[in-house]
Amino acid sequence: VSVVRSQTLSEIARGGVLCFVERDDDGLADASLRALTLARGLCGAVGRTLVAAVMGELDAPETDTLTLFGVGDAYQVIIEDLDAYSPSAWATALLDLVEMLGSDALVAAGTDRGHEILAHVGARTGLPMAANCLTASWSDSRSVQLSRQRWGGSLIEDAILEGVPALLTVAPDGVLAEASPSPAPTIVRTHRSTPSDLDRRVVVSRWISRDGGVSLADARVVVGGGRGVGSEEGFGALDELAALLGAAVGVSRAVTSAGWRPHAQQVGQTGTKISPELYLACGISGATQHLAGCRSAKHVVTINTDADAPFLARADYALVGDLSVIIPALSEAIKSRRRS
Amino acid sequence: MNVLVCVKRVAMVGSRIVLTADAREVDVRQLGFTMSPHEECAVEEAIRIVEQHGGLVTVMTLGPTEASEQLRDAASLGATRLVHLVSDGREWDPLATAEAIVSVVWSLEADGGSFDLILFGNEAADTGDYQVGVRVAQALGRPSVSGVKHLEVGEHAVEARREYRGGEELYEIVVPCVVAVKEGINLPRYPSLPGRMRAKKVVIEEIPVEWREGSLRTVKLRVPEEPRDRAEILGVGVDGVPALVTLFEQWGILA
Repeated sequence: VSVVRSQTLSEIARGGVLCFVERDDDGLADASLRALTLARGLCGAVGRTLVAAVMGELDAPETDTLTLFGVGDAYQVIIEDLDAYSPSAWATALLDLVEMLGSDALVAAGTDRGHEILAHVGARTGLPMAANCLTASWSDSRSVQLSRQRWGGSLIEDAILEGVPALLTVAPDGVLAEASPSPAPTIVRTHRSTPSDLDRRVVVSRWISRDGGVSLADARVVVGGGRGVGSEEGFGALDELAALLGAAVGVSRAVTSAGWRPHAQQVGQTGTKISPELYLACGISGATQHLAGCRSAKHVVTINTDADAPFLARADYALVGDLSVIIPALSEAIKSRRRS
Repeated sequence: MNVLVCVKRVAMVGSRIVLTADAREVDVRQLGFTMSPHEECAVEEAIRIVEQHGGLVTVMTLGPTEASEQLRDAASLGATRLVHLVSDGREWDPLATAEAIVSVVWSLEADGGSFDLILFGNEAADTGDYQVGVRVAQALGRPSVSGVKHLEVGEHAVEARREYRGGEELYEIVVPCVVAVKEGINLPRYPSLPGRMRAKKVVIEEIPVEWREGSLRTVKLRVPEEPRDRAEILGVGVDGVPALVTLFEQWGILA
């Protein structure tokens, strides 16, 4: 029995945990730092190496961040003759690395790209993949015990994922990014990957930028309107208040379904997830579809005619009454407070 | 253009999710059902494509007997062929779901010509797996793109766009292909009365499918603890406005 046990342990210790790391305008993406945090937890007591894979070359601040998060080996992935994003080519490159390193798990952020690439890896290998994980630990050498978001985070599923490498994406709004308590130097390596003709079938061919304005996802203040706003015209007072506060306007699914506002302004499970300092939700009842999008708001205030509306159970403060009266009064009060 | 749309029946959970006593499933006894939101838009997109370019819209679902309601909803909007993979109502894991879809696509295509385009919703509202479309595409050997919020169909290729970091990335993909769309790609129409009447007459092709245990297995479900408890009511009508402005000042919102 002891022989079998030691074989199992050496098998576990062999592979590391590979984490695909994305970038945003400020360097390594926050969602990826969260993914690294969960991936580091999977390295566990047996001392698996945390390995990061980043597309293109790493600069010094990025490497420092990887070190801070406990990354032992960092691979700069260069895809031959392909600069643009290609889900299949990126999956090929990660799969190469997984096979070369004998990785026990492949982890990515629960972003459009993270989900898509891991789905490709899962489809190629026939392995299962769990999306939007919150926690993960090994239950034995071949299966991971995990919890993950369902219903946009309104429900949590405890599940077992059987198969190595374990394929996991990490919920961007469900795991905190935590630096390693014992960071060690990161060794930077380069991995070159050659995409197949099949990989080249799907490549970003062009980038279309959109005009600025306050982005809903990044807004510091969001003024939200729901069915209770009553009509397209009813949004006039909300727009004015939003302008006063330098806020973005967000709406519920009922509002976009009615055609009052474009889908780009929808907050919720199938819209945008927001994380402002203040979310002022006006005339929104509080369906899970909507609440799934504003859970990360720091302060939540609701204006609602119904003191029993579900949103009141999920807000810090409430004003009960007719928003068509309260909102103009609030705008006036803000103007006069600023004058004084 | 021959378009297949894969849809899922999901519960309308309202404001609070209630679980069954064994915490393995959502208690749906008091709930209505709908097509998962991204997939409502996939059906609408397929109908628009066929209105513009000609062709047929086939809608397929894997679900319990009652999922025929969602197929009829799709027919009332303009889908002409309905295929129901009839299950016993248990949740299928994404691998098993994709395998079942692929085997039916093969048999449908052997009979009636290839689907130029297969549409999925980006992820189902309930399970949120983000992978069935990609797995189906891989098994069929077709290119795929996910998260699409704008689609234009040409004769031999589609142009798909998806949001990325405050802009859009554009893909041109040859047909046949698989595209997973997101809500916002269009605003789905409401069914007309003649549409509803017509939908009742469409024959649903039923194919029994057998559940099998997947390699991603649910142990139990739980409702997360919410960070907030119960709102403090600042006032009724405009009475609460001064208190709210004071809070805004404290939070640095007015700076």
